[in-house]
Amino acid sequence: MVLSPFIAIGLLEYSSLVASFRLFATTLAVTVTFMVMDVRVTIKFERIEYMNEKKTPLLEMKHISKDFFGNQVLTDVNFTLRPGEILGLVGENGAGKSTLMKILFGMDEIHQTGGFGGEVLINGESVLFETPIDALAAGIGMVHQEFSLLPDFTATENILLNREPLKYTALSELFGERLNVLDREKMTEISEKAIKRLAVTLDPEMMVSQMPVGHKQFTEIARELSKEATDITEGIKLLVLDEPTAVLSEQEADSLLKAMRLLAESGIAIIFITHRLQEIIDVCDTIMVMRDGKIIKTVPAEGVVIPEIARWMVGREVKTVSHKRAVQDTAEREVLLKLQNLWVDMPGEVVRNVDLDVYKGEIIGIGGMAGQGKLGIPNGAMGLFPAGGKIFFEGKEIPLNSPRNFLDAGMAFVSEDRRGVGLLLDESLEWNVSFTAMQVQDKYLKKYLGGLFKWRDQKAIEETTEKYVKQMEIRCTSTKQKAKELSGGNQQKVCLAKAFAVEPKLLFVSEPTRGIDIGAKSLVLQALRKYNEELGTTIVMVSSELEELRSICDRIAIVSDGKVLGILPASTESAEFGLLMVGQHSELVDGGSL
Amino acid sequence: MNVKVEKIISTIMQGVKSFGLPRIIIGLFLLLLFIAAPFVGVNIGTSLSDTFNRFGMNAVMVLAMVPMIHSGCGLNFGLPLGIIAGLLGGTLSMQFNFTGPASFMMAIVFATPFAVILGWGYGQLLNKVKGGEMMIATYVGFSSVAFMCIMWLLLPYSNPTMVWGYAGKGLRTTISTEGYYLHVLNDFLSIQVTDHLVIPTGMFLFFGLLALMVWAFLHTKTGTAMTAVGSNRTFARASGIHVDNIRTLSVVMSTWLGALGILVYQQSFGFIQLYMGPFYMALPAVSAILIGGASVNKATIMNVIVGTFLFQGILTMTPSVMNSMINTDMSEVIRIIVSNGMILYALTRKTEATR
Repeated sequence: MVLSPFIAIGLLEYSSLVASFRLFATTLAVTVTFMVMDVRVTIKFERIEYMNEKKTPLLEMKHISKDFFGNQVLTDVNFTLRPGEILGLVGENGAGKSTLMKILFGMDEIHQTGGFGGEVLINGESVLFETPIDALAAGIGMVHQEFSLLPDFTATENILLNREPLKYTALSELFGERLNVLDREKMTEISEKAIKRLAVTLDPEMMVSQMPVGHKQFTEIARELSKEATDITEGIKLLVLDEPTAVLSEQEADSLLKAMRLLAESGIAIIFITHRLQEIIDVCDTIMVMRDGKIIKTVPAEGVVIPEIARWMVGREVKTVSHKRAVQDTAEREVLLKLQNLWVDMPGEVVRNVDLDVYKGEIIGIGGMAGQGKLGIPNGAMGLFPAGGKIFFEGKEIPLNSPRNFLDAGMAFVSEDRRGVGLLLDESLEWNVSFTAMQVQDKYLKKYLGGLFKWRDQKAIEETTEKYVKQMEIRCTSTKQKAKELSGGNQQKVCLAKAFAVEPKLLFVSEPTRGIDIGAKSLVLQALRKYNEELGTTIVMVSSELEELRSICDRIAIVSDGKVLGILPASTESAEFGLLMVGQHSELVDGGSL
Repeated sequence: MNVKVEKIISTIMQGVKSFGLPRIIIGLFLLLLFIAAPFVGVNIGTSLSDTFNRFGMNAVMVLAMVPMIHSGCGLNFGLPLGIIAGLLGGTLSMQFNFTGPASFMMAIVFATPFAVILGWGYGQLLNKVKGGEMMIATYVGFSSVAFMCIMWLLLPYSNPTMVWGYAGKGLRTTISTEGYYLHVLNDFLSIQVTDHLVIPTGMFLFFGLLALMVWAFLHTKTGTAMTAVGSNRTFARASGIHVDNIRTLSVVMSTWLGALGILVYQQSFGFIQLYMGPFYMALPAVSAILIGGASVNKATIMNVIVGTFLFQGILTMTPSVMNSMINTDMSEVIRIIVSNGMILYALTRKTEATR
């Protein structure tokens, strides 16, 4: 009797061992299958077959329009989706993509703001979802960019949360159904089946908190897939993926795209939203481009090239900035900023020993892999994280660990953490743009009694903010709008405007284009270039995107393990940078220590 | 047609939302009490007079919440600390035998250094416990009250109107302000409207002056920095603001306003209440500003005025009207139920997001 719990535990462990072995075997089998046959051919074949079928579309949205208190965000949107079709939905931030998806899901937000115009048809029948629960019941699943998973639960538990198969026990006889226990075996079975449909490696018993991001994303998708037809709900028919690849590495994204193909093959329609245009071309059947609440183009994906999509998205020619500036001889140029033996204790981005000279008037890029310390350099120089070593600006030493001294010297910093460091989310754009300049340089203040009272000059603040709104094309309802209501790209522009208002001699920008769309990206880069050229502002730009750095910088320093590995002119071939990142010194390298 | 009606309704709903449904409901309830008052034999003039009085008495202490809310230190549950500074100022002014309006002025003068010193120390403490300010503040208030219970007995006060008669030393629990600063603000430019209705103009003016000062301060460079510190501390730091200094300044301001608040309260009430007197003073002030629509990190002068008026109005009217309705003297019981009920309600609204 005493031993029985131990035996039970032993059995449990045995069963999970069997489960994981089974999974391993499945994965192996699937992988082998992949290797043996060329999946692409099959998919192409399938795709054509669906195209030819002339049956009622799975989803049809007709003449959809929506306004938020007179502000038109969607105008006459029409599209159809067949079973097994992958529709790529692209558009700039604020083009209306998410509003459209919210309408499809019957989100509260839509109903509370006066509903929408037009009609949603599913399998030819007009439907009106009151809540997202109705939409889920009709077989529409959604995977959000932000994970909605319980970190301390396993994949299986997350996949079947609140829909677990139950086992009847003696206790439930006594106290009712609430004392049923979970049928673990069946749960594993169902989740394995769902994972199998995705054809990915994912341990159903793994805790979500221990998973790499890619696996989290797969867990979310598997959850949607596991929703099978019951008496009240229908099985999954349509899956909306909202920027699922944004957080994934290239390999993970690849396997996700493969999984999407497999799902489409099995008849599930997918709406795929992403900023990565190559993925759209690779995986989608149809591409739908939205701009300013209208559908600009709906075209088959075949034969479309990225610049074309980009042009449709922004409504103008997007310059893929490729300027190669004449690289001046660095020996003759004046050193504006000198970093000596800089170390920064920034969690996850530790800087160990950086020596770097920044020349007056240049744009210098700092690149390298994530976590190697490139973000730590500006954050430490600014004094936001504990730092040591020496910084000289215009020949004078600047005390570290004091943002005020950094700003007083004539430098500014645009942080990579827009929401945490860069913005006053609850305040107006006016405050966001003017605050730093007001506090550091006494701008936008009226002085009374010989400077004893420094009164906020509302008019000057408004004028400046309006100037930057116009100049940077910040999309907002007014300069009084709160910063948190803007989209990511526009928030980034506000952050830049804040730094420009200080009129710095040297500007640090950290990841200026992270998470913003292609239109905003080129605007941000153009603005930086313009400030550099017109005002002679020296810019230190930190970015993980090497191509972006190459397009705008004069020189690029590659950082690894908290040290500068080397500095190359931006015109150097990408391959050279690649070599440098993995530690191969070439003869072109200037400075740095290995 | 239908669309038009819908639009009108949605505009009204927006209006209600911006003023806040709770305030509208409480306001309507207060109005109902005023309408019901004459029917149960309560004099409307007296009621209004009482409401005005209580508003004036408490408004400055509610105003003392504003600087700390703006700098992100949360609600000032440590108000008793400011009140103690005020009590020290008041008793010192009486000890040195200042009388009439001068005693009130001197009370403020004496209270100020105490408020600054205590506020500075309190600010240093709060800077060490960022994120848990309100809990710490509550206990700062409580423990300072306990400490002063000892001090009131030991401090060498000697004015016969203040000390225990039998021992000749140690301050009494309640001290009359008569002959000193009783009603100095109440009577200043006061307007006798009817027999029962008096408007305490001086008290309103004094509050108005302080409110104007706070409002003006929040429009200066330092005031702007204070709001920014409350809104996003990291942002402020990255803009070169010395966050701890700004927070300390806000705590000193709140403490000083608390000191002034209790002096205004005493001159109208007629008594200085020592020992456990300041113990529960923070809760009604906190509740008033929350009812006025403030949140933990956003508050305006309008929140102070609306909140104090509604809170004190209900507190004045409910007992008198209810009492007359049921014809037994239950006023104290009803007052306690209503005031604690309002506090309970207000504290549940604490997390109500930004305006």
